[in-house]
Amino acid sequence: MSLYVTELRRLSKRRVTRLLLVLLLLGLATVATAFSFSSHQLSKETVAAAQVESEAQYQRALEDWKKTVADCDAAKARGDQDTEERYGPNCGRDWQPQREMFDPKWNLPYQFDFRAEFPMFIAVFAGAVALFAFIVGASYVGAEWSTGGMMNLLLWRPKRLAVLGTKLAALLTTVLGVSVVLGAFWTLAFWLIGRYRGTTAKVTAGVWQSIGLDGLRAVGLVLAVGAVAFALASLGRHTAMALGAAVALFAISEIGIRIAVAVLSVPFGERYVLSTYAQSWFMKQVELFDYDTCQFAKGACEPAKLVVTWQQSALVFGVGAAAVLIGAFWSMRRRDIA
Amino acid sequence: MSAVLEIEGLRKTYRSRKRGVRHALDGFDMRVEAGQVHGFLGPNGSGKTTTLRTLLGLIRPNGGRMAILGQELPQALPAVAGQVGAIVESPQFFPHFSARDTLGLLAQAGELPRQRVDEVLELVGLRDRAGERVKTYSLGMKQRLAVASALLKNPKLLILDEPANGLDPGGIREMRTLMRDLAAAGMTVVLSSHILGEIQLICDSVTIISLGRRVAFGPVDEVLAAHSQGAVRVRLEAVTDLPQAAETLTRAGIRVAAEPDHLMLAGVDKPATVSRVLAEQGLYVSELTPVAVDLESVFLELTATAPVPGQHRQVDQSTKVGEPGSGATTGGWGA
Repeated sequence: MSLYVTELRRLSKRRVTRLLLVLLLLGLATVATAFSFSSHQLSKETVAAAQVESEAQYQRALEDWKKTVADCDAAKARGDQDTEERYGPNCGRDWQPQREMFDPKWNLPYQFDFRAEFPMFIAVFAGAVALFAFIVGASYVGAEWSTGGMMNLLLWRPKRLAVLGTKLAALLTTVLGVSVVLGAFWTLAFWLIGRYRGTTAKVTAGVWQSIGLDGLRAVGLVLAVGAVAFALASLGRHTAMALGAAVALFAISEIGIRIAVAVLSVPFGERYVLSTYAQSWFMKQVELFDYDTCQFAKGACEPAKLVVTWQQSALVFGVGAAAVLIGAFWSMRRRDIA
Repeated sequence: MSAVLEIEGLRKTYRSRKRGVRHALDGFDMRVEAGQVHGFLGPNGSGKTTTLRTLLGLIRPNGGRMAILGQELPQALPAVAGQVGAIVESPQFFPHFSARDTLGLLAQAGELPRQRVDEVLELVGLRDRAGERVKTYSLGMKQRLAVASALLKNPKLLILDEPANGLDPGGIREMRTLMRDLAAAGMTVVLSSHILGEIQLICDSVTIISLGRRVAFGPVDEVLAAHSQGAVRVRLEAVTDLPQAAETLTRAGIRVAAEPDHLMLAGVDKPATVSRVLAEQGLYVSELTPVAVDLESVFLELTATAPVPGQHRQVDQSTKVGEPGSGATTGGWGA
């Protein structure tokens, strides 16, 4: 227990942890503040004005259309031969503007809808905190290795797996704490934006439950990213190992595999790309279509579809994270410490 | 006297596709008695640090036996770790923490009282600089901090690898006094160093290692005596008589090395014999001085690492006991 408390203290005293936490706070606060300015709560007057404006737009379009048809008829009466090219068939009579084409919503300023849009902001939050977890996790153990801190500690606690496990537990606890506390503030901030600068209509208990599940998945991803960064840096015994592996993984998955599956015309090629699984993790599922199965010459086509679910994402990320962690602990147990 | 540290037949082998097999430790033996300051000497790459790391559980040995305070390692290492303080190689600390934070975290991990941090900071002379970041420290100050971290547990066995590295002359003297005081208080100290004059001054006993094997061990004075080889310096009243004197002494069975203004003799049991043999030939000595050997010359002789003019010795060129042509197996102190 004393080692766990020590490691929590060590992690919180680290400059990288403090600096990144400040940057994370500033970043999240900036996004929330900027977003609050872009959202406008809609009053009855604003809605009425938008309706008036869209009616006026409709009437203007109707007048323009009538004038165009009249011009066309006049041209035809003069004997012009090119009216069809200039005005379309039947002098464009078939293109009469319809009222429903002028939705008053288009004349309204943007209004944040908490119920519909907050899940997307959970993903934004998870991305920012995952980046924090990655850098803090990698540098925490990477710096311990490269500065000799790990060796010093092992002279005091010569139980390698227990030491590495305790450090990992301290990291995950810290990341979990940061995620939960900041997540609560993030939710509150957007609730307030919705309440005072947008709308929080139709936010039922079920919606809150769904938001809670989204939040749990976000925290799960953040913890997995932190653990993987920790494990990679421990495997390479340097912070740069984790950063290098992340860049390599991004390049291979998001560039290399995308190009390869496109060149080879692999059906549903995106199922081999990691970001597809990240997307489905947040959106619960992602639908991939294979348009190569369509023969458009024969008419409309329903392309073949593949659904990637969040459970599949859990499997991919879970197995990947477990493999890297097992490697790190195996390496800690077997390798000499020079 | 009971042994605090025992190593028998320790082996560590590194295998590399490029460099092949290298035996860093090749049946190494060591024994340190309780309450002693024990010097652990060896040329670069001889296996000193590998031995210490293996002892402390940082390196997995390929064979042999180790025990600290009577408990077998590495099985009992977690049990004895609280009684062993160690610095291995250069002092390494997280550069952005202060000395007090660094020691405080170690003390907390070891469940030691907080005031122990201040005690050791006082002991190594870092009290007034304890709040500064380690990255601002000189090498000598880092070395003091490393010693402080090793002393934090108030260990029964203190293992220090090059503790005087980077220390100023005053610091070296303080370190020497500290070692002696700790030993006097009952602590056993194992000291690895290349400053052989210091070792000779501080240590009660030594172990010398070369290419992974022990080449000498025992109390310092006995090691020196065993390798003094009866060296005697002889000067004559007339320098021109030196060649005749050298010939006379050689005939008498004494090994002679001629220098420009004197002769160096080896294997002389009784210096009076030299005087008598030369006087019988009408040669009269003006100086007849037994030459005392120091630890450095014994070290260089035992490890065969003395510099040779015109040659550049490589790190792995030193004595390996048990190898054909090695002279280090002879005598009472060979492994």
